[in-house]
Amino acid sequence: MSDTHSQSAFVRSEILPEAPPPVRERGIVKWFRENLFSSVANTILTLAAIWAVYYLITATGPWLLNGVWTTSSLSECRDVLDGRTGACFSVLAERWNQLIFGFKYPDELYWRPGLAFVLLFVALAPLLFAKVFPRKLLVLTAIYPFLAFYLIWGGTIMVPVFALLGFVVGFFVYKRLVLQSASMGLLGAVVSALVFWYVTGFLTGYMSNFLALEPVPSRDMGGFMLNMMLGVICVSLSLPIGILLALGRQSTMPIIKWISVVFIEFIRGVPLITLLFVANVVLAYFLPPESSLDLILRVIIMITMFASAYIAEVIRGGLAALPPGQYEAADSLGLDYAQSMQLVILPQALKISIPGIVNVSVGLFKDTTLVSVISMFDLVGMIRGPILGAAEWNGVYWELFGFAALLFFIVCYSISQYSQWLERQLRTDHA
Amino acid sequence: MTTLTDPPEESFRLSMLINDTRYRAYTFQFIALLLLIMFMSYLGWNLVQNLAERGQDISYRFLGEPAGYDINQSVIEYDSQSTHLRASIVGVLNTIIVAFLGCVTATILGVAAGVLRLSPNWLVRKLMAAYVEAFRNVPVLIWILIIFSIMTAAMPAPSAFRGETPDASMVFDAMAFTNRGVYLPAPIWGSGSLAVILVFVASVIGVFAYRRYATKLLYDTGKLLPMGWPSLAILVLPPVLAYYLMGQPISLEYPELKGFNFGGGIHIRGSLIALWFALAIYTGAFIAENVRAGIQAISRGQTEAAASLGLRPRRIMNLVILPQALRIVIPPVISQYLNLTKNSSLAIAVGYMDVTGTLGGITLNQTGRAIETVLMLMLFYLFISLAISAVMNLYNNSMKLKER
Repeated sequence: MSDTHSQSAFVRSEILPEAPPPVRERGIVKWFRENLFSSVANTILTLAAIWAVYYLITATGPWLLNGVWTTSSLSECRDVLDGRTGACFSVLAERWNQLIFGFKYPDELYWRPGLAFVLLFVALAPLLFAKVFPRKLLVLTAIYPFLAFYLIWGGTIMVPVFALLGFVVGFFVYKRLVLQSASMGLLGAVVSALVFWYVTGFLTGYMSNFLALEPVPSRDMGGFMLNMMLGVICVSLSLPIGILLALGRQSTMPIIKWISVVFIEFIRGVPLITLLFVANVVLAYFLPPESSLDLILRVIIMITMFASAYIAEVIRGGLAALPPGQYEAADSLGLDYAQSMQLVILPQALKISIPGIVNVSVGLFKDTTLVSVISMFDLVGMIRGPILGAAEWNGVYWELFGFAALLFFIVCYSISQYSQWLERQLRTDHA
Repeated sequence: MTTLTDPPEESFRLSMLINDTRYRAYTFQFIALLLLIMFMSYLGWNLVQNLAERGQDISYRFLGEPAGYDINQSVIEYDSQSTHLRASIVGVLNTIIVAFLGCVTATILGVAAGVLRLSPNWLVRKLMAAYVEAFRNVPVLIWILIIFSIMTAAMPAPSAFRGETPDASMVFDAMAFTNRGVYLPAPIWGSGSLAVILVFVASVIGVFAYRRYATKLLYDTGKLLPMGWPSLAILVLPPVLAYYLMGQPISLEYPELKGFNFGGGIHIRGSLIALWFALAIYTGAFIAENVRAGIQAISRGQTEAAASLGLRPRRIMNLVILPQALRIVIPPVISQYLNLTKNSSLAIAVGYMDVTGTLGGITLNQTGRAIETVLMLMLFYLFISLAISAVMNLYNNSMKLKER
């Protein structure tokens, strides 16, 4: 051994301490090299992206920072800015109530839709975060639609109370009759609820002042409130209808199947605008001459039809994605159609459909802006009509449309983030 | 010989209609049909009564009468004395124009953004994510109105181009962006230009033929021919040669300031541009998501397998990933095209005269024939949707994995 040592010039006998990686292979430098400048093409892309960001910031930064909030017209804004670039956000401050509530809703009653909006979160919480809140709180969710109706439209409290009681009556009749057969239960529930509503309809006529809030007619609703109302009402109404349509389309009974198919394909084939035209100018021809369904109600009917066709397709996708073994297993347990759907098929199919349902809901909420085309004054309608039309604010496009875009972005983005969270919560495959 | 013992013959009872699964289906369908017929006749009865009350009828005779309104952008001959039918056809053509332009632009934007969202470059990835989220979560109507106000409020008036030191100037002395729309140079087809076009078409075919030949040569003999430069040469050289040989038959007519406005050249109105860009950028964000999902759906094993065969990254993309991803990407992209076409009906918000603006807008208001016009409008969109879904079904069937 010592020979070999003496022959060679130098042999290291102990191991070197570990050297740190070279500067270019660690820390922020490495990250930059790998993520931003890994190749020539990549470097060009990075530079282009930096330029784009720089351009965006220099274009919007001063505009946002110099924003004026306190003037009462665009010309005053220009005076204050004195030639500098800057936004005229005063329009948002001055017309805030109009943007949110429309221009006809009585000022002193703003607390009512405001309260309804806050309660919306209370009502949704047990539904959205089912694991956090006890199931009993779902009662709040069930009561909310009637409470919100009472708050927003006003009138006697008996209307929503009787409407709610009608559902309760129907529910108990169903519970009673479902032991006999599911179809009898459904039929009995519908009939008893209808009879109840018909009878109490006379009562509310006499009690029109009982615990009444000042009534507000539908045509006075406007602003972002109208978008929220249309979105919430139409999505919640279209879910049950969509489920029924999807089941109808999957049905083995040819007549039911074809009714569903024709309805779904027709609605999905035409743009929402044409359906709004129907609500605006055509629907009146098909209603009894003496009826006076107001525009907002007709629009709700048409948008609900529109949304339920899309939701039906999403749920049909969920039903089709279930392995046939699930259907067979439910059958072999001796469950009848209603039971197997309720207990085995729909819980799974709806879970698969959540992303699709959320997509449809977000899309529908965005589409509620289309009502401005048939001269309803939702957020976009308010901006295009009374606000940009006013002499003092004629020409403030960016601030107003930017505000509208921001409002919609906040709502839609949070909904989509929630749905991604929910998907992770409901995942059962432990992958 | 086995004998099947039939269950004891049961006489039919009325309750079996609802309790026996053999007959229940018929009961339900009968009730459903009955309800449907009752509902339809209720609507029909109301319609008849309403029409009688207002002294109206259902008639399509208005289609043959003069429309009496002008349409500012029309590809076929049209004036205010033309019929309502012709006005509707102008609208249909305008719808098709904006839908086509929108689909092409949306595809380019969407594919670029979708691929860049998967780029290793952090900054680009985030930027594209911001683009997709910003446009997917804001109503398309708001985007249309924003771009429309850029086109009308932020652009200079034609008079700004006037004078010795104008406030605004034309881009490359050829394109004028004004608040009345964009003016582009228009080609003038002189004699002999047909030959140039034919040569151009031939060279496009030539490029495809060359590439096919090179691929075949590669597969047969393993010899690799260069692709890029020869293709470019075949595409560019013959048409340029033909252009000069024929004595430069194609020239451009530049827009010029005449009076208060620009004249000459091609005039694209701000409404068309707003609609086109807004629809393209909005739908592009959705297409980007479809493209990303399609590429990500191809499992990593495919990339690794291709890499272990010794393919280079670009070849992996072109030969292994994309052919598989396209199968997943194309169906949702086609339905995005369908959405874009339906969303083009928002033209009415910016005054672009598509079929919703002519037939469902002015014609409806002038004639008061709400039922007829809205029905025709719906049938037109229904036809387009059904046609596109038929194409999609054909495609799906042809691309279906052939399982053996």
